[in-house]
Amino acid sequence: MSASPAPTRLPSAKSATRRWAPVGAAAVIWWSLYHWNRPFWNWVVFDAAGFDEGTRLGESVHFFFYDVTKIALLLTGVIYVVTILRSFMSVERTRALLGGRRQGAGNVAAAGLGVVTPFCSCSAVPVFIGFVAAGVPLGVTLSFLIASPMVNEVAIVLLFGLFGWKITALYIGFGLVIATVAGIVLGRLNLERWVEPFVFETRLRGKVIDPSQGLSWDDRLQMAREEVVAIIRKVWPYLLVGIGIGAVIHGWAPEDWFADHATGWWGVPLATVIGVPLYSNAAGVLPLVEALHDKGLPMGTVLAFMMSVVALSLPEMILLRRVLKPQLIATYIGVVAVGIMLAGFLFNAVV
Amino acid sequence: MDIKILGTGCVKCNHLEAATRAAVTELGLAIEIEKVTDPGEIASWGVMSTPALVIDDEVVSAGKVLSTPDIVQLLAAR
Repeated sequence: MSASPAPTRLPSAKSATRRWAPVGAAAVIWWSLYHWNRPFWNWVVFDAAGFDEGTRLGESVHFFFYDVTKIALLLTGVIYVVTILRSFMSVERTRALLGGRRQGAGNVAAAGLGVVTPFCSCSAVPVFIGFVAAGVPLGVTLSFLIASPMVNEVAIVLLFGLFGWKITALYIGFGLVIATVAGIVLGRLNLERWVEPFVFETRLRGKVIDPSQGLSWDDRLQMAREEVVAIIRKVWPYLLVGIGIGAVIHGWAPEDWFADHATGWWGVPLATVIGVPLYSNAAGVLPLVEALHDKGLPMGTVLAFMMSVVALSLPEMILLRRVLKPQLIATYIGVVAVGIMLAGFLFNAVV
Repeated sequence: MDIKILGTGCVKCNHLEAATRAAVTELGLAIEIEKVTDPGEIASWGVMSTPALVIDDEVVSAGKVLSTPDIVQLLAAR
């Protein structure tokens, strides 16, 4: 079969050095850039360019350049590492792990696997059909599809970089709970009648090829490099717009404006409802989230906004329309949105 | 011989198609390459990771962009 005549992969010291030395050098350069980012932009913006520290324009300009650099560095480093780790997982493996699981335990497993499995929303439909036709329950499949975009590596890293580990841990926890519970609720509602009938009639032919198998370290490192380039290419417009809006808010919105105007109970539902139709990815929405939080918008409200932007996206719904009837899509959005709101309320109560 | 590329139209799918065309040209074969973009049909091949390459109704690769030399080898082995 596809057994390419194995290129001699004897672990000679030389080839190992040639493989890992660039990775080590890149890590050192990365760390130095990250470390000197703030002093560097302090010097450029306030000393060299002569903006005054503490003025609106100066703060906005500094925020923009400092944040663009920081987020670009975080993204590059984390996507690289995460892609290598994830190259050991695949949707095929995840499906095998979920096969035969029941509601409940299956939903928990599906939400967790949704976080670690490499998954592109462009293949959401083949994955949905592949899971359901192989006998994975509908609710369990939906838990996977909810968790995957919501608790993704980009979101985790950026949250960690901007807000620290406590907020990140809470976000991951709430994300997993929402995906699990929403999947259980959707499963209990017995919505199979709102799945396009052809899904259940699909017969899976052929043997399954698992892309996580048979990769060498060189393959994995190359995949990681390609993934970094692909994601940066995809997210940079969102990133620049997000950071640009964030910079304006940072410089111009009055201090604690939101703390004075947006702490009512209606903050969370409003943020969720605004977030649903907006489509961005974590990289675009997080700089905005950071700026809003800086100005006193409560954390739960901020995270509800972020979750609804990231987890419920119009393009993915349009793709899923191929396999789900509009009633099921509406229910899906409704259940997840309610989960996000509850998480937002809880978050505001806890933090 | 019959070659199909399964993919929903993502960037990687186009890369795989280009690599396959190059391999077919290199071997001097005169075969049409069929693109399958319908997600339902892709799924019926048992494929969940795109792009995938199908030669003579057999899925030989899924979830990655093979290089032209890799595809030449796969085709020459037939």
